Amino acid sequence: MKKFFFILLIFLFKINIAYSLIEVDITRGNLNPLPIAVSPLHVDPQSDNYQDTKTKELGELISAVVEKNFISTGLFNPLNKDAFVQKPDIAHLKPRFEDWRLITAQALVTGKLLVKDEKLKIEFRLWDVAANKEIIALAFTTTPSNWRRVAHIISDKIYERLTGESGYFDTRIIYVSETGPRTQRVKKLAIMDQDGENTKYLTLGNELVLTPRFNPTNQLVTYLSYFRNLPRVYLLDIETGIQEVVGNFPGMTFAPRFSPDGKKIIMSFAEDGNSDIYTMNLETRLVEKLTEDSSIDTSPSYSPDGKYICFNSDRSGLQQIYTMKSDGTSVKRISFGDGLYGTPVWSPRGDLIAFTKVRGGKFYIGVMRSDGSGERLLTENFYQEAPSWSPNGRLLVFYRETKAGKNGEGFTAKLWSIDITGYNERELKTETDASDPSWSSLLSK
Amino acid sequence: MKFNKKITNLLIILISTFALSACSTAKKTSIGSGDVYTGNATIEYLASGVKDRVFFATNRSTLTTASRDTLRKQASWMRKNKNLNVVLEGHGDERGTREYNLALAEKRANAARDYLLTYGISGKRISVISYGKEKPINSASTPLAWSQNRRSVTVKTK
Repeated sequence: MKKFFFILLIFLFKINIAYSLIEVDITRGNLNPLPIAVSPLHVDPQSDNYQDTKTKELGELISAVVEKNFISTGLFNPLNKDAFVQKPDIAHLKPRFEDWRLITAQALVTGKLLVKDEKLKIEFRLWDVAANKEIIALAFTTTPSNWRRVAHIISDKIYERLTGESGYFDTRIIYVSETGPRTQRVKKLAIMDQDGENTKYLTLGNELVLTPRFNPTNQLVTYLSYFRNLPRVYLLDIETGIQEVVGNFPGMTFAPRFSPDGKKIIMSFAEDGNSDIYTMNLETRLVEKLTEDSSIDTSPSYSPDGKYICFNSDRSGLQQIYTMKSDGTSVKRISFGDGLYGTPVWSPRGDLIAFTKVRGGKFYIGVMRSDGSGERLLTENFYQEAPSWSPNGRLLVFYRETKAGKNGEGFTAKLWSIDITGYNERELKTETDASDPSWSSLLSK
Repeated sequence: MKFNKKITNLLIILISTFALSACSTAKKTSIGSGDVYTGNATIEYLASGVKDRVFFATNRSTLTTASRDTLRKQASWMRKNKNLNVVLEGHGDERGTREYNLALAEKRANAARDYLLTYGISGKRISVISYGKEKPINSASTPLAWSQNRRSVTVKTK
């Protein structure tokens, strides 16, 4: 990925937080999505190669990406463009609010763009239709090839303004792409934009790869690879493609994740039938053993302040969720419900832990508070696991497998996301079957 | 107005927590220990009468009487063939989380390894690898397939 610089020019910055009337209620999911009109961005005829359809259609393409993002939240209802009466350039200057009210729009997004000297200049405005007011106006300059990212950044700005939450559209998801029959499955690391676009494959499929996870502070990824048939935790720099094995362990290392500051990897090391949790500092290479128990200790995940770790252990007999301080002391079991619990992962907000629960032959994705109270199961299915948080802690992405027939027919593995309210469950379309998703931080902070 | 909305949201959360805790008192999940595969369908032979694999119950890594018998035969076959080394490949079924399965399958293969060691086979001749649930032998989603997939397979290396 090329270095991406964009200049954020905040002009006409008229945010009227106290007076604005539109507000999106994020606690109830999609019961009452906000009607929003996303006008196509006006393409300035002064643009280079204006007659080129690629340039001419750029305004519509960008607004389509914004709309798709909004639909995926379940919180917004982008209105049909056929009903729009004002031309994009005129609406961008000064909307006739009564016209937009007529088609029930409560918010309006307008914008314009100019392609000049290999630069893409975009500005957009968000209008409160009921209050006849502009609420955001922003301008960006970037390279034309970055138009999708600009669309995601615009989506984030609008989402943030209307919901009061930080956005998550300018992000990527890394996952394991799966092809072939189950007994000879080929698995590759793949990465895509959060909306399913721009899929790239990072490994060739020569060796088994599992459980990729993003570094929350940069574009490094840690994952498990069976390179040379030795299952070990690896580090991959997505920008350079350079891979290295993490540490020098005499056996299988697995279940890796980064610490919130990105400086450590926490993982399991299996030795003589016993898996314990270790960390390795990526700068000093110092290895620390955190659990010392004859049971299986795995799936560790740090709290966002780095002070605590949640993990999975069967020390009580069966898989349950535990927390401990980051030095390995004060171990406490927090899951006590009926059934088994696995894959705990701490929310980036710190308040919740997401998990997989197995009960009565069904698999659930759920959340509980970090002391184990307030368990809520969000979705039930034949098989699903491995939740990963959106960077704003509002959504979980996970994978789901279908029941296979006698010869494995009918088996699929797909990525799904769900809001922590339990609403807005939807499949994330991938080019191949997919599993083990991990959501990146916002690319532009 | 805003305050009211907050209270409503809180109520919704409270009500849903109530509803969930109410259904969590349902009957206890039975974790099978009697679901070890006892058939011969997937088994291969390392030598005449020497089965190449042993099977496990759901979520367990303990060896059954039949498994110990198989491993004793493997041990005597290894004693007769001094130049032979083996790798024990541990596996799980599709009904568990991926990371736990990696650990569990490693534990299963090591249970088999420990038994071979007690029958006098040098640890240098045995290596262990866990494939978790990544390499099923039977790709169906049935209890039979799952029982065939929970296994430790002894494979000859050169």
